[in-house]
Amino acid sequence: MKLQVNPIRCVAHGMCAELLPEAIRLDEWGYPILHSGEVSPTVVEHARRAAAACPTLALLLKADAG
Amino acid sequence: MATTAVDLLPRLLLGVGERDMVALAEHHEVHGPPPDLRGWRPEQLVDEIAAAGLRGHGGAAFPVATKMRAVAQRRGSAIVVANGSEGEPASKKDRVLLRELPHLVLDGVAVAARAVGAKEAIIALEGDDDRSVRSLELALSERRRARLPGDPRIELFFVAPRYLAGQETALVNAINGGSGLPTFAPPRPFERGVRRRPTLVQNVETLAHVALVARYGADWFRELGTDRDPGSALVTLSGAVAAPGVYEIEHGMPLADLLELAELEDELAAVLIGGYFGTWVAAPDVPDVRLSGESLAQAGATLGAGVIVALGASACPVAETSRIAGWFADQGAGQCGPCVNGLDAIAYTVAQVAGGTGSRTAGDDLNRWLTELPGRGACQHPDGAVRFISSSLRTFATEFRDHARHGQCDRCRQPPTLPVPVPPAAPRGWR
Repeated sequence: MKLQVNPIRCVAHGMCAELLPEAIRLDEWGYPILHSGEVSPTVVEHARRAAAACPTLALLLKADAG
Repeated sequence: MATTAVDLLPRLLLGVGERDMVALAEHHEVHGPPPDLRGWRPEQLVDEIAAAGLRGHGGAAFPVATKMRAVAQRRGSAIVVANGSEGEPASKKDRVLLRELPHLVLDGVAVAARAVGAKEAIIALEGDDDRSVRSLELALSERRRARLPGDPRIELFFVAPRYLAGQETALVNAINGGSGLPTFAPPRPFERGVRRRPTLVQNVETLAHVALVARYGADWFRELGTDRDPGSALVTLSGAVAAPGVYEIEHGMPLADLLELAELEDELAAVLIGGYFGTWVAAPDVPDVRLSGESLAQAGATLGAGVIVALGASACPVAETSRIAGWFADQGAGQCGPCVNGLDAIAYTVAQVAGGTGSRTAGDDLNRWLTELPGRGACQHPDGAVRFISSSLRTFATEFRDHARHGQCDRCRQPPTLPVPVPPAAPRGWR
């Protein structure tokens, strides 16, 4: 599984870093920085929840590289 | 495929004279009559272009045949977009082609259309470039009168003279009646582009090369250049040279030879390769660099869209960098937070350092932003900006340290070697 941010949609609510600190931190303006696109199997469930919780649906969790 | 007498340089610029444009009759005198494309199966054309090893000349150097195959394999009738909106302030080569050699570009459009099965094509160019518009309109009417077989239906599309206007997804978005800003891919233009159809976007110089490959063949094309970068390229040379302008070079030409041809006017400090989003080569390294992908990669550079700028020792690299950093921030689409904030902060901090008023953390701040920003925009604008600024900080570390301590230098007031256009007065709505 891979995480991706749609940077046009993202307006820095910051929920993702709150819900998924294992994979996401925020820059000084509150926009997400992904540690690495890959999501380890242990946190996939959290990643799914974080993606669903994003108010602008800017966080994407995808099965493949695309 | 018949090979005629055209074999060495110039290739593209052959026949360019004092007059404004090479008319259809002259064009056919130079290159012979156009090949009848109906005699070619589309796959044959793509295979020939693949064999030629032609890569795109708009900046990314992507293999042309690969892009054509991706479009040709999609369902639905394809469309070709010739991208002539070269928003880079220091680039002139696409303008030269459109103004002087519109028929060569249009021949390439016809070949590309045949190769991907398109019956329609769009030429995108900057709307304020009257001479290019006139040349193309004249060329199109000549072709209609001559009833050239194989020409697709061609429309002109005028874009705003702005760097991002030529970005592939931004261009497709504009043609579709949208904002003209980059979009978040997928879908990519080859999947669903103009009018939701598979769309082949190629730079106008690339299409001019395509026209010649269809006429003279892949083997002829490979008689110049290197294995990875066969053929020739147009470069726009400016800066501290006596003869700035558009040159056609063989890929692999030593950078020093090009500078010698144009005659340096100042002691050389560094050469910018690949335009404002490119990389500096410091003067001591110039003798090792050849203008091919392989050699430039060793210097951490690419030829990009062919912009080369010689920076003289009497110019101030810190002032130049600061001006360009401001331009980067100004030219963003304003859509993605990391790019808006990052480029703004970088431009502000570089300006402070240049004036000697930077904070103690300025260096660390810059390094952090330059590391965090790449890959976090919808398009490559922030990535290119970071490449240039990082290269400047590395190449001119001494000068930056000097400015951080002492502020402006005597050379800061020199007229810019890297000019930036005066920001357009109003159209805020465009952001």
